[in-house]
Amino acid sequence: MRLAIREALLAFRRAPMLSALSITTIAFSLFAFGLFGLVALNIRNALRTVEDRVEIRAFIADGTGTEATAAALGDIGAFPEAASVRLVTQTQALDRARRELGEFSDVFEEGILPASIEVRLKPGFRDPATVRAVAKRIEVYDFIDDIRFGEEWVEKLHRLRNIATLAGVALGLTFAIVAIIIIGSTIRMAVMARSREISIMRLVGATNGFIRAPFLIEGFLKGTLGGMLALVLAWVALAVINRFVVQASFFEPWMEAGGVLAGASIGLVGSALSVGRHLRRV
Amino acid sequence: MIRFSHVHKLFARTGAALQDVSFQVNKGEFVFITGPSGAGKSTILKLCFFDERPSQGEVKVYGTSSATYREADVPKLRRRLGVVFQDFRLLEDRNVEANVAFALEVTGTPSTQIGPRVMRLLSQVGLSAKATALPRELSGGEQQRVAVARALANDPVALIADEPTGNLDERATRGIFQLFRDINASGTAVLMATHDLDLVRRSGCRTIEVNRGQVVFDSAADGGFRTSGASPEVETDE
Ligand SMILES: Nc1ncnc2c1ncn2[C@@H]1O[C@H](COP(=O)(O)OP(=O)(O)O)[C@@H](O)[C@H]1O
Ligand SMILES: [Mg+2]
Repeated sequence: MRLAIREALLAFRRAPMLSALSITTIAFSLFAFGLFGLVALNIRNALRTVEDRVEIRAFIADGTGTEATAAALGDIGAFPEAASVRLVTQTQALDRARRELGEFSDVFEEGILPASIEVRLKPGFRDPATVRAVAKRIEVYDFIDDIRFGEEWVEKLHRLRNIATLAGVALGLTFAIVAIIIIGSTIRMAVMARSREISIMRLVGATNGFIRAPFLIEGFLKGTLGGMLALVLAWVALAVINRFVVQASFFEPWMEAGGVLAGASIGLVGSALSVGRHLRRV
Repeated sequence: MIRFSHVHKLFARTGAALQDVSFQVNKGEFVFITGPSGAGKSTILKLCFFDERPSQGEVKVYGTSSATYREADVPKLRRRLGVVFQDFRLLEDRNVEANVAFALEVTGTPSTQIGPRVMRLLSQVGLSAKATALPRELSGGEQQRVAVARALANDPVALIADEPTGNLDERATRGIFQLFRDINASGTAVLMATHDLDLVRRSGCRTIEVNRGQVVFDSAADGGFRTSGASPEVETDE
């Protein structure tokens, strides 16, 4: 094992440029993945706070009887998705508007704002599709004039998150494939550089596993280094974003560990895929 | 022991290298394989250490059969064999000691045992004084001794040598051959391909002669030459 590690480290010295290139491509692979991952993560966090505030407002036509309203309130309250249902009367609506607008409060006259039913949804029912479905069901009451549920930007955030995730995966995978190809050619060079040694190893009875081990260790080390480099890059990117754009949060520790592990796997898989093929030619 | 039973070897590009080769090498025996260049000597030796597989027939070497072996058996078998070649096959960037130690390192010998063992092997081949020399600083005969020390590293039951004296002068040839005799005397079988007929004749060892991929003469099978000096069949060739 010690011999294998020594050989693996020696390989870095033999081909420093190619080694650096493999590490960098692994790092870029994970960085691309990580950057879009960060965007997705932060959008998700934002969505969570937004979704906490998701509510459906159904505006009630003037002159609707209190009985009809009360019946509707009861019906809606019984929806499995509904967490709470509240009636906001015309007076309450006015009060709230005055409170929120402060000095412009006297622009409003009594009766200008409609009464409404406000529905909050239970967690897990706050995604755009469910919200829209619930809104549709409320809209069937004919005394409902208009219905609002902040659909546009909830939906936009969702779409943005999906795009970010997709872009991250696509770019990350592309780089991962490039990394695997580069690792493969590094290994081909390493195998050729050591072909004499390898043939003597075989001759004296070294096992295949023993002959492979240094190459796999080399790949693993490169992958791990690439993963760590990606983490540093992502961290720098985040610092820049924090300073110049918005306050954003970083990965959880388990995600960071996952990133480094992913790098190690790319390195290991890249080596494992090519080492057998190249060794066979020696 | 080594047993070839009706072995054929076909190469895709060059055709039949061996045809119906059968012979047996017993424990502790010293056997020459002779024959002109291209006769199939190297192919026979490669089959012995499973560098090649027979196209037909069976090669059985110390319990490993070409008919039933698994890939993992090959390294195990090779640890029981020592192999040397005409071109020595040393690692040029390592000194004598390191070249011998290499065979022990890559077969998992505990590192504390390697140093003393290498010293013993070097003294066995008479190279104790050159332990730190690089291969290029040695004569051909000395380089071959390093290769022999490496071949003996894992205590082989047989030494397989493919024209080990092919690149050596008369004196060095005699030295290497004497070394082989000594190794053989301590119980290791030796299977040596050569076209040095003088050497073969003087030794009086068993001789298997191949020509165009076939065994044309085996002094053991034909009964007689094991202890006597010359073999007329050998003389007719080359
Ligand atoms: N790897 C190979 N591929 C194709 N042909 C080969 C190979 N090795 C040996 N041969 C052929 O097999 C025959 C025997 O070769 P070899 O065993 O090397 O003879 P020798 O060692 O007696 O000179 C030759 O005709 C040679 O061309
Ligand atoms: Mg030959």
